[in-house]
Amino acid sequence: MAEKVLMKGNEALAEAALRAGCRYFFGYPITPQTELAAYMAKRMPKVGGIYLQAESEVAAINMVYGASAAGARVMTSSSSPGVSLKGEGISYMIGADLPAVIINVQRGGPGLGGIQPSQADYWMATRAPGHGDGHVVVFAPSTVQEMSDLVASAFDLGDKYRVPVMILADGMLGQMMEPVALPEPTDVQSLPEKAWATNGHGGKRPHNIVNSLYLVAQQLEDTVVERSLRYSRIKEEEQIAEAYLTEDAEIVLVAYGAAARISRSAVAKAREMGIKAGLIRPITLWPFPVNTIDTIVPVAKAFLTVELSMGQMVEDVRLAVNGRRPVSFFGHTGGIIPTPDEVLTAIQRVASGEQLDLVPYQSKLTGGAR
Amino acid sequence: MVDHVKMPLNIMLAGFGGQGILFAGKLIAYAGMIDGHEISWLPSYGPEMRGGTANCSVSISDEAIGSPLVTEPDVFIAMNLPSYERFIDTVRPGGVVIVDETMVGACTLRSDVDYHPIPATEIAENSGLKGLANVLLVGKMLAVTGFSTEATLSVAIEKSVSAKRLDLVELNRKAIALGADIPDSDACRA
Repeated sequence: MAEKVLMKGNEALAEAALRAGCRYFFGYPITPQTELAAYMAKRMPKVGGIYLQAESEVAAINMVYGASAAGARVMTSSSSPGVSLKGEGISYMIGADLPAVIINVQRGGPGLGGIQPSQADYWMATRAPGHGDGHVVVFAPSTVQEMSDLVASAFDLGDKYRVPVMILADGMLGQMMEPVALPEPTDVQSLPEKAWATNGHGGKRPHNIVNSLYLVAQQLEDTVVERSLRYSRIKEEEQIAEAYLTEDAEIVLVAYGAAARISRSAVAKAREMGIKAGLIRPITLWPFPVNTIDTIVPVAKAFLTVELSMGQMVEDVRLAVNGRRPVSFFGHTGGIIPTPDEVLTAIQRVASGEQLDLVPYQSKLTGGAR
Repeated sequence: MVDHVKMPLNIMLAGFGGQGILFAGKLIAYAGMIDGHEISWLPSYGPEMRGGTANCSVSISDEAIGSPLVTEPDVFIAMNLPSYERFIDTVRPGGVVIVDETMVGACTLRSDVDYHPIPATEIAENSGLKGLANVLLVGKMLAVTGFSTEATLSVAIEKSVSAKRLDLVELNRKAIALGADIPDSDACRA
């Protein structure tokens, strides 16, 4: 294995992208992801690529559209409000079947919100990254190592299915340093050819057209249906989740990213107290790992979703559990990082038969301090 | 020097922006990594930093680290008074508190912590190590906790100092050694 180095999550995302063959980066600065763009600005010219700080997020995502249409491995990154701005371009890329990697290092919202870590963009990422009938694949790393590991997978998956892929991180993962073993560089020449790319042909083949406009309704439906069938394949084949101590778990936590790190500590503490707790950590948020939830339902007595939001992924957990078990929720907003002890208290209450939800329980849980 | 370092070791460092709080944390984190432990390093990056104070959470553990945010430090290094006042009550009872006496003052001590004031900024300036009070304090932490070794920190310094400033490597090493040798100030002993 490669020697481990100490890197920020934002830097690991950038270096892993370069090693995955990304040679085009277009972005616009925003806290807490700016180190990613800064790293790209420094390194990209040295590997013969293009780094460009666009005049806005809207411009950046349209540059990504262009580079992807020409067949390049291309990335953009931003944080929550900036990703909202990219929404139109993301929808166009979905409609034009263009792969790219889009990073969202989430901060608190809505609006300008705050700059501290948050997971409040789950709905935007998994439900409506832009208008129209479409999805992006969403990966959710929870360590700096995973920030690095998931980048190449994101590029490969995007190319395989011709879909944009989002890596949904947060300010904590972006800013923190951990040891990371970086991947070996991809041989760019060995990547599969993109026969659809508009990269010039000297009259040797018919024109390729990259477009998302279909004025004939039947043509539009044909493309949307074909894409939706691809989504079905993605849902069948690409779910990823990690299960921790779930074999005999009665109280099953579901958490991703930074919230999963805290939940894991809380589960370990609960086990020490004799509570059979476990954790499912979705690594793909879309497709949501319903299969993993399904296998764990028969053993579980109750589920507890933990998020740095007011409860978004909990809806997917409830859909997957489908009424078979109670699903509780515990969360805080951007910048308020729950302690493992707070999550442990929530586990104890769920274990004692309570069903927790946002409004009635949060004031109780914190002793009504606010 | 303690015989056995308790794991996980959760460390909070805090001071003004520019005192090298984040760098000191990085040295400790790198040393932990070289010694084969799991580590995490999390800086403050919010409005506090913009208002002039910086803090940094470092965890060293033999197991996967959950939250990288240190809320109950085993070791607290303070480089200015506002930071000292903000975090002193969060230190675990029996925890180690190391303060830069030049910046914090020597006397505001909690009775249930292991308290080590040293005039780090003053000594650094008088020893040709201006700007390295942060590293002196890491040296002091090494002496007090035995969390790593001087040899490991020497490698950590090589990895953390910019390749363009190799002249700083020797100065940093000197600062570790010097910090480890500075006795606790007795300015406040009753």
